[in-house]
Amino acid sequence: MRADKDFRENTRARTETVKPLLQVREIEKRYGARIGCTGVNFDLYPGEVMGIVGESGSGKSTLLNCLAGHLEPDAGQVIFDTRADGPVDTVTMSEPERRMLSRTDWAFVHQHARDGLRTSVSAGGNIGERLMAVGDRHYGNIRERAIDWLGRVEISETRVDDRPTAFSGGMQQRLQIARNLVTGPRLVFMDEPTGGLDVSVQARLLDLLRGLVREMGLSALIVTHDLAVVRLLADRLMVMKDGHVVETGLTDQVLDDPQHAYTQLLVSSVLQV
Amino acid sequence: MSNYNFAYLDEQTKRMIRRAILKGLAVPGYQVPFASREMPMPYGWGTGGVQVSAATLTPEDTLKVIDQGADDTTNAVSIRKFFERTAGVETTEETEQASVIQTRHRIPEAKLREDQILVYQVPIPEPLRFLEPRETETRKMHSLEEYGLMHVKLYEDISQHGAIATSYAYPVKVEDRYVMDPSPIPKFDNPKMEMAAIQLFGAGREQRIYAVPPYTKVVSLDFEDYPFEATKAEHACDLCGAEDSYLDEVIVDDAGNRMFVCSDTDYCRSRRGAGHVGRLAQEEVA
Repeated sequence: MRADKDFRENTRARTETVKPLLQVREIEKRYGARIGCTGVNFDLYPGEVMGIVGESGSGKSTLLNCLAGHLEPDAGQVIFDTRADGPVDTVTMSEPERRMLSRTDWAFVHQHARDGLRTSVSAGGNIGERLMAVGDRHYGNIRERAIDWLGRVEISETRVDDRPTAFSGGMQQRLQIARNLVTGPRLVFMDEPTGGLDVSVQARLLDLLRGLVREMGLSALIVTHDLAVVRLLADRLMVMKDGHVVETGLTDQVLDDPQHAYTQLLVSSVLQV
Repeated sequence: MSNYNFAYLDEQTKRMIRRAILKGLAVPGYQVPFASREMPMPYGWGTGGVQVSAATLTPEDTLKVIDQGADDTTNAVSIRKFFERTAGVETTEETEQASVIQTRHRIPEAKLREDQILVYQVPIPEPLRFLEPRETETRKMHSLEEYGLMHVKLYEDISQHGAIATSYAYPVKVEDRYVMDPSPIPKFDNPKMEMAAIQLFGAGREQRIYAVPPYTKVVSLDFEDYPFEATKAEHACDLCGAEDSYLDEVIVDDAGNRMFVCSDTDYCRSRRGAGHVGRLAQEEVA
């Protein structure tokens, strides 16, 4: 806990001088007359983890997909601080540029590992894909890094040539994370990363994610309905309901002293064991 | 003969196919969609190649048809007969004499010239197909030059077999731009694709035509530490003794004896005509 506290203080100190990595301005997405999400604004700083919580249908996944370029928002800007050109609006940038960004600086962890993995390709190939996509053409190096990353997500080296279909749910999810982080992205989008896993596997995954986020200095956006996940991982929290953001603040602040009626309901709905 | 238009297809269709061919030649390796016609033979028998040949043939042409390098296999014989009957063109088995060569799964051993056209029959023109089933996605990958996935396939080969085990339909990059499926030719033939002749590829069922103009750069994909190798059986031809030609392995009895012969029958015959003798041919003489 002590390390966490230091970290948060460091982050806060840094944010005063550092430019935001991601600036979201008035994002809106409609499905016909219905609202997917609307009027979303926030800044995400380097090394910061933000949680987006809300019930099913509150627009949190829509928002995440808009930010990650999977959906085209109807209005608004998503300004990302690129390595080469500084802050650029990713909504209006050309598709090749956006796809390049999503292979290098961005990562997307799907709720269902199979959406993010190639099931007909071995674990090593899955991890190596992003390396090969950015031009790595040395088999030995690719394999070495794949094995290194398997180790970092606690999968035995002996499984490197097995297909993900032979893996358990938790292993698939960890493999998906390794596959995404291998190119050293700066921003990770996660859509319910622990959904569908049993609690002990969830705990291990959260531990792993927390370690990786801290160690690599990643910024992350985590969409979840599980408040325990954001309590452990997120620095800041955004609560969504019916496509609107109803409350934002530091995680502990929002969870311990919820202001909006819906947030109060959400916090009090958590089962205590 | 008079019941058919020259080379079976009507002129309008041939014009449409020629437009696709010209576009293919202008953008080497790019798969041009075309309105493939029903041909009087089943898919998989070279309907794409036949349409491309029909659009390329002129009455003065001499046609050669090979299947796996051989002039006398069913597929080759039936297509040759088809054009003899519907186009009335000269046909030949000699690579040197032919002006249009339709081929399935081989490039002739003899060096092709500038005045020759090589027409390939292609079953699946999309090199990324088995890795990415969505056509919309593969088209996007071609247009954005996202070819990392092709190397994933080669990576899988090495991790499973210790070497690049893909031995036919080995993917190539044409003129540093498009990744192309060279049709199921053995990878032994890949280096020959930088040639003087025009190469046209027709996929009838998939309705695609693509092309490689003469002297175009064609590079087989590989890894820095696992370079591309054009492989063949480590033998000499048992009939003509050639050590530089691609060989077929033939089991000759129930005792496990086998012989290796040139898959290019014309090449083998012309070598034997010139007095070259292989291992088993000698026994026959003795």
